[in-house]
Amino acid sequence: MNQRSSNLLDEALGLDQAIEPWPLRGRVVAIEDRVETSGSFVLHHLLKRSLSPNSSNVSIFIAFSQPFSHYDRVLRKLGCNLVSQRDNGRFFFFDMLKLQCPVGDEGITPGGGLIALYGKIHKTISALPEISQKNVSIIIDDLSLMEVAANGSSDYVLDFLHYCRTLTSEFDCSLITLNHEDIYSIEDGSTFLLQMAYLADILIKAEPLATGLAADVHGQLTVSNKGRNKASNFHFKVKENVVECFYPGRSRD
Amino acid sequence: MATAKTRTSSFSRNLSAAAPSLGPGLKCGPNGTVFLSSGIPDLDKILGGGFPLGSLVMVMEDAEAPHHMLLLRNFMAQGLVHGQPLLYASPARDPRGFLGTLPCPAASKDDKSRERDPDQEKGLRIAWQYKKYFGENQINFDGQRDGKHEYSNEFDLRKPLERHLINGQRIDCVSIQDSSDLSTLQDRCDTFLSQLPRNDDSISSAGRIAIQSFCAPQCAHSIMEWEMLSFIRSLKSLVRSSNSVAIITFPPSLLSPSFCKRWQHMADTLLSVKAIQDEDKELAQLLTGYQDMVGFLNVHKVARLNTQVPLILEATTFSIKLQKRRYLVLECLNQAPVDGSSGASYGTSGSCSSSSKTGNLDF
Repeated sequence: MNQRSSNLLDEALGLDQAIEPWPLRGRVVAIEDRVETSGSFVLHHLLKRSLSPNSSNVSIFIAFSQPFSHYDRVLRKLGCNLVSQRDNGRFFFFDMLKLQCPVGDEGITPGGGLIALYGKIHKTISALPEISQKNVSIIIDDLSLMEVAANGSSDYVLDFLHYCRTLTSEFDCSLITLNHEDIYSIEDGSTFLLQMAYLADILIKAEPLATGLAADVHGQLTVSNKGRNKASNFHFKVKENVVECFYPGRSRD
Repeated sequence: MATAKTRTSSFSRNLSAAAPSLGPGLKCGPNGTVFLSSGIPDLDKILGGGFPLGSLVMVMEDAEAPHHMLLLRNFMAQGLVHGQPLLYASPARDPRGFLGTLPCPAASKDDKSRERDPDQEKGLRIAWQYKKYFGENQINFDGQRDGKHEYSNEFDLRKPLERHLINGQRIDCVSIQDSSDLSTLQDRCDTFLSQLPRNDDSISSAGRIAIQSFCAPQCAHSIMEWEMLSFIRSLKSLVRSSNSVAIITFPPSLLSPSFCKRWQHMADTLLSVKAIQDEDKELAQLLTGYQDMVGFLNVHKVARLNTQVPLILEATTFSIKLQKRRYLVLECLNQAPVDGSSGASYGTSGSCSSSSKTGNLDF
């Protein structure tokens, strides 16, 4: 069982050795995907690992893209019950589907929107017992929708992320974000992506295969881990209960 | 939804308890989703059942051809046949006029399936006495879903939809040309969807929202890219929490590339349509049934609600055909048999030139 649950993705992230203390503690993980290949399965995988029964991690999930019922069903198939975790106080779900930052005369008025959200996160972490304060993951799905909620002000979103990053040093929590790589074209300048790549300790890219979609291989992942100074690349296939990762050409083991 | 499911374990699937009672034109899909028909039986089949309730469908238009209207017409007409409320927004001055162009469902399933495959029927003639059983089975199969209506109809594009279906129902029409911002459309969508709250135990009716050419240049809001995005986002979140499906068509060439990608990310189901030029001799040689084709349909993304597994289709490009100039059918592309006289090099050169020409054909 243990062998099956640790795979190439866990290895690349450093999740294979020990789950306690949480290996991603104090790290920023950025996931980037494309229209053809969704990277949300990495989020689900990380959420499942952080909520695994033999640890005391707490996850704060900030959902801009899907309602709770979606995550609940997906995670249940992965073997993790979000409702009971929420009741246990290990999982906090912030439904941000309808969040819209108020716009004043001079751009965005302070106080509303993301600042309030940051306050909420900070309050949630501070209210946790001492022991779980050390193992908090903040998961954001996804940043591009956060930009839309902020009326296109990516600086505002970056400010928010910097604030969240201070949490990683203050409380040693980890920040996991999903974003789309292909929405930043060259002419607009991909500052946002570069900023994220700079912030991130681990950068995960989900891409389709160059040869197109296939039933056996859903795409490839590139994980660059700054801490270990190493990048790994492998193919993956997403199933309901597990993500299979394998080196190119070795799908059947 | 979550609380109702907690009792049933993932091993024993109690379908009778889990399945909500469904109104006409709805059927249960996997992962607790409920499908409604797109109005094109072939498209339903390709997408694995239809459009799931709560999903946002986006269609990328061909800037030079009105093929997206074919999808919209069938989608809207199917909803009216099932008596589902409809909200239609278009940049035209009088959107209600478009309702007159909706197609009428073909007479009956039996007649149609006979019409559809005259060759196949000839082949079956030997076993003529079994034919009645085929017919019965088919009726039973459709009848299981609901008593009165079939899940999806085939539409006759040459006959207009009967008046009483259009007049007797709740149809909201909005022109998005005049309003200077999107708040009117937003309000109309809000009120429309507030009447269709999500209730998983019994879904009696589902709403359909069709927005045509959302970023058309004659609309004042077409320059407000972030406002349009945030409208789509709020529409998506509204649709998610109600029993409805929204379909938005847009010409991607009018958006900047990065916004076009953002729109595509928004979509749960992403389709694109493309016209084919008349008399494209090379393509005509390459594909069988070229003369019936009116265009291509590309499936880029299929909605994955409540699951993380992507749906990988065997083919993503389909030809749109008008059978007997009446029925809209989608077919996989079939490569025409290579002419023996032209030699082995024909195949390679032919496929190369076609892929450079049409861009995204896949065989």
